[in-house]
Parts: sequence; C-alpha cells; structure tokens
Amino acid sequence: MNMMSEAATEKAVNAPADEPVIKMRGKDVCVFYGPKQALYDVNLNIRENAVTALIGPSGCGKSTFLRTLNRMNDTIENCRVTGDITLDGEDIYDQAIDVVELRARVGMVFQKPNPFPKSIYENIVYGPRIHGLVRNKAEMDDVVEKSLIRAGLFNEVKDRLHEPGTGLSGGQQQRLCIARAIAVSPEVILMDEPCSALDPIATATVEELIHELRENYTIVIVTHSMQQAARVSQRTAMFHLGVLVEEGATAKIFTNPDDPRTQDYITGRFG
Amino acid sequence: MSIFLLVTIVCVLGIVGYVLARGRVGGLEAESSVSYHSRPGYHGMHMAIATVLPALLILAIWAISSQIVVGNMVKGSVSQDVLGESAAHEGLTMGIISSISHGLTLLDADELNQAANGIEAARPLLASKGVAVATDASDPMVEAAFRYNSLERTSTFWRSVVVILAALLCGGWAWTQLGARVKARNRVEGVILGLLIVASSIAILTTIGIVLSMIRETGRFFAAVPPLEFFFGTVWDPRFAAAGATDSAGQFGLLPLLAGTLYIALVAMLVAVPIGLFAAVYMAEYAGPKLRSVAKPLLEVLAGIPTIVYGFFAVVTVGPFLRDLSAQIAGIFTGSPTSFIQAQSVLTAGAVMGIMLIPFVSSLSDDIITAVPRAMRDGSLGLGATRSETIKRVILPAALPGIVGALLLTASRAIGETMIVVLAAGVAARLTINPFEPMTTVTVKIVSQLTGDLEFNSPQTLVAFALGITLFVLTLGLNIYALYVVRKYREQYE
Repeated sequence: MNMMSEAATEKAVNAPADEPVIKMRGKDVCVFYGPKQALYDVNLNIRENAVTALIGPSGCGKSTFLRTLNRMNDTIENCRVTGDITLDGEDIYDQAIDVVELRARVGMVFQKPNPFPKSIYENIVYGPRIHGLVRNKAEMDDVVEKSLIRAGLFNEVKDRLHEPGTGLSGGQQQRLCIARAIAVSPEVILMDEPCSALDPIATATVEELIHELRENYTIVIVTHSMQQAARVSQRTAMFHLGVLVEEGATAKIFTNPDDPRTQDYITGRFG
Repeated sequence: MSIFLLVTIVCVLGIVGYVLARGRVGGLEAESSVSYHSRPGYHGMHMAIATVLPALLILAIWAISSQIVVGNMVKGSVSQDVLGESAAHEGLTMGIISSISHGLTLLDADELNQAANGIEAARPLLASKGVAVATDASDPMVEAAFRYNSLERTSTFWRSVVVILAALLCGGWAWTQLGARVKARNRVEGVILGLLIVASSIAILTTIGIVLSMIRETGRFFAAVPPLEFFFGTVWDPRFAAAGATDSAGQFGLLPLLAGTLYIALVAMLVAVPIGLFAAVYMAEYAGPKLRSVAKPLLEVLAGIPTIVYGFFAVVTVGPFLRDLSAQIAGIFTGSPTSFIQAQSVLTAGAVMGIMLIPFVSSLSDDIITAVPRAMRDGSLGLGATRSETIKRVILPAALPGIVGALLLTASRAIGETMIVVLAAGVAARLTINPFEPMTTVTVKIVSQLTGDLEFNSPQTLVAFALGITLFVLTLGLNIYALYVVRKYREQYE
C-alpha cells in the first residue's frame, strides 16, 4: 500500500537539495461561482515534500484554490474552473482523468473534524476499502494501525478502535480525519484550516503531526493563523481579493515580503 | 344579558383599560425623571389582561356550573313520583322539563299566564311555537319548567353583575400598579407563557380523554365477552341480534381482523418503502435544485389526495386490472382463462395503499437524508468515494435510524387506513394467507359495527371500542418506538 509514497520518498532523496521537485502546478487558474469570479489567473507551484501555506484575509480565494487541487469544487453548483492544474505533469481537469482516482491521490482534511458516524476502525478502512487497497482482515488491521500511528493517535485509541469516532475529543477527531486521509496513501494532502476548531493544545499536536508528515507527503494548508503558517510551512502563498499576491519561502515572506499588501497583512494592518 | 354581549362588554373594558394605562404611563414617564421598568405598552397589556382574563374565567365557570346547579335545584323540587324510579326515567323527565322551559321562553306575557294553568293549557301554546311536548308531560312538570326559567333568569342577572364587577375591580387593581418599579413586562410574559401551556395541555388532555372514554366502553364489552375469546378467537361473526336476545351473542375473534390489518399493511409497505426511499435518495442527492423544486411538491400532491379517492382508483382501475391480468396469465399456463386474483383482494388494497404511502416515506426520508451534514459528504468524496458509494456507505447508515423512525410512522398510518380497504379488500373477515383473496381490517369492522341505528349497549356495538383501543395501542406503540428511534438519531450530530 505504500508504493506511491515510497516512490515519492525515493524521488525526493535522489533529487538534488537545491532543485525542488514540483508536485502540482497551477497555471492561469480562474474560478467562477455563477457570474462571480473568485480567483483571477493564479499561477502557483506546489513543491513536493514541503508544506505550502496559503494565507490571506477571509474571502480571498485561498480555500477555493485549495479545493480546485482535488476538484472538490465539482460538488458545488455553478462552479466553473479555467486554466491548467497538473499533478505530476498530468492535467487533472482533463476529460480522461477519473476524479475518484484523483481524490485518492490528493486527499483532503476539512476545517471541522468530520468523522463518519462509524467506529474508529471503520472510519479508517473506509477509503482503502472503496479503492480496493485491502483484501482481508489482516491487511485492514495493518492499515488501521499504521495510519493511526502515523497520525499520532494510536496510543490514545488502541483500546477502543470499535467505538464511535464521533465520541473522540475535537483534536482527536481531527487527527482521526488525518489518519483516514493517510490510509488511502495519497501523494498530496490538502488541509483547509485544520486547526480552526481546535484548542491550542490540540492545535500543537496537529501542527507537530503536519511537520512529521512532510517527510512522506506533499502538504498544502490553508490557515488564518500567521504563527501557524510560520511554524509549519516551508513555502507561503499570500492571496488577496482572488489574486495571488506573492509566493516564496516562508522565512522570506514573514521577514521581508516584496509586496506591501503582504507586509500589511502579516503585521495585522488589515484582514 | 347574553354571553356574547357580556364578552363584548368585557373586551371593550379591556381595550379601554389598555389605552388608558398606556397613555398614563407614557405621560408619567415624560413628566418625571424616573425611568420605568416596563414600556407603556406592557403596562397597557397588563391592564387589559387584568381586566379581561379573570372576568372571562368567572364567566366560563359560571356558565358551566350554573346549568348543573339550576338543574339540580329543579330536580330537587320535583317529587319522586313525577321523576320516576329509574335513572333513565329521571333523565327523560328532566328532558321534558327542559324542553317545556325552552318553549316557555318563546311565549309572550299573556300566553305565559295561560300556560301557567297547567299542561293542557300549555301544550297547544307551545305547539303553536313549534315546540312539541311529550305525551306523558304533566302539570308538575310545567311548574318545574317555570321554576327552571326563573332560576335561570336570576342566574343570568347575577352572572352579568359579577362578571362586570370582576372586570372593573381587577382593572382597578391594575390601575394602582402603574408604578415605575412594577414589572408589568414580566407579568405579561408570564400570562403568555401560561396561555401557551394551556394550549399544549389541551392536546394532551384530549388524548387522555379519548383513551379514557374508549376504556370505559371497552370495559363494558369485556363484561359481556371474555377477553380471551376476543384476543385469541379465530372467528369473526358478531351476528346482529334483536336487542335483549342473549342466546345469539355471536363470536368476536380479533385474529382474522388483526391478520388482515397487518397483511395489508405489509403489502403496502412492500410497495411504498423501496419506491419512496429511492425517490427520496434521488430527490436529496441527485436532483438539481430546479427539478427538486418542481418534483418534490408534485410527489407530495399524492399525500393530499383523500383516501376515498384512492379507494375509487382501486375499485375502478387496479382491481379489475389485476383480475384481468391474472386471467390472462392463467390462460397462458393452463388454457382456461379463470382469474386467480379477485377484484377485491389483499393485493389490490395493499398496492393502492402503498401508492398512497409513497409520499410519506419519500418526504420524511428526504428530510432526514438532507439533514445529514454536508461535512459527511465532503469527507467521503474527499477520500475519493463516488456519489453512490457515499450514499450507500456514509449517508444511508447515518440516516438509517431516522429512516426507520419514518417507516414506523408510515406503518402506523397503514394500519389505521380504512377507506381504501373497504373499497379494495372488501368487508369479509377471513383468515387466509393468500394475498389474492379478500380480507378485511380492524378499522373497516369498527365502521361496519357502528353504522346503522344501534343501541350502544350490546356486544355487537361495544366491540368497536375494544377494536379501537387495540388499534390505538398498536399504533401508539409503533409511534412511541419511532419517536425513540428518531430521538436517538438526533443525538448523533449535536
């Protein structure tokens, strides 16, 4: 089950450190909700095995951009996407691409923890089962254990795997959702404000987890917290009013941004 | 003074009180620097409520009790020979007295003087006003009727005095309460709360009243027929007999009716549940907003069709269709086209009832499926599940308890249905497992036992109450269980 991520790790090791691999590439991406345009010609590259943070004031289009990366916008009525988005060089909006397969490769964790009203065990094997990644009980047990360990949740829940996932605390639920996303072995994980519904302690746990996951996955995270973006990400992209203002190494964006709007936003002058 | 006039006067007093109190508090507030706890409008409402509510309560109590009190006083003044021995005879006499007294109110003064001479004088006078008096009316009854009327007049007079006095007194008290620190707003809120509580208790008390009245009659039935024979009897043959003839009591076996009820309900659910559920899934998950806004109301139109119309549909269309279809099938296989489905059958009734139930299943399930949070759908789709996988594995399991609740509610409706069964499955109480033959249900038998000119004292009619309460317990049980399931479901997301 770890073939894809192992391949990714191998690639990362082989690539020279100063020449980053581009995992996903967005070119002239525009998004419309009915007649209203939400994104204007966004050009943004997502580097492999790095955490890319999308920041910007509310309504700036960062969540919209995130959702175009695994075509979750397809589920919204009247939503139209133009431009090119590629995953490993393949156009994900191509007719030949199966959206189901795409979402298995580009997983998603949502703002509010949304475990299914099933047991913890069932929550995790849900994805592997529908994609046929597991064949028997032993393999399922294996996936559950590995995913929970990787999400840092195993020790807390190992004695109650068959109790409802909805009975966990908020932070545990969010880590369960991350474990659920990991279980299908995605290459990219999209996180839409994963900590906005959590308390500071749970947030710290999840941030630590994101930090560790970077080794095996490409992560894109939308966040409203500047500190969080600074803590967990290597690259930061600043959005404002549907436009990508600037993109660069996190350290540079937070200390010496090129654009005055970024300067204003990170120092709290608007947003 | 008539009750209507009295109520009008009290209400006018209330409106006057409202205007006066509001104006006065408004004026006081403007003059003084003290800030008032309640707005002038609340003081006005307080005044109006204080004027109207106690007065109307007194009026209601008076109106109910005065009839009883006056009746008893008249009854006490009439000698026992006139009243008669038995309770039934007493009731008859009192009935005659009250109809004479009603007749007397229609006469003018001269005629009244004549009528006071006795029954022979009163009878033609009353007859001329269109009031017929029973043949066994007598002079003491006319006297009693006069007494009745004079007591009634006194009562009406004092009623008006007391009610208007109460309105004025309570209004006056409220006038003294127009201070800055009086919490008129809280009192008004309290009265509104009280009204709401009264409204909801009326619904509950009615249910209790219905049950109690049924229990009483059921008790009388079980005094004549042993419960064991009723609940476990397999023959339904009530045999209407002449009143008083005890030898032909008939047999009151519940089982054939209960079996018919459950059988027809089962067939109906077999039709309604799959169609209704699939329709609900389509409406909730696949249909676009435009289609949904048209199709959903259309589907719900089915629920608005009176059940008797479904009955016509069964008799005129579905029944003959099934009969002819079965004749054709029999013709193909055996060579002789004799139909094996009768025009009136369990199948016909069940199928038509199922169609009737589709909107209940689909509408309730649709609401429940739509109530599953969007986050569940996103979570599943985000993991790469297809739409149908999401529905099958996440949404339906999450909505299942609610859907089960909806189905139980629907089932209790199927059990209580009457008109379709009368027309589509007939009235023959039989115990059979062949769905192509007629059967009948509890509700149909209740109707047929109670229609006609019957006394409510023979087992033949009283059995209707026993049937009714059995049905009530059955559907109540289903409903309670359904509510329990639905409530458990609700806890999952909150």
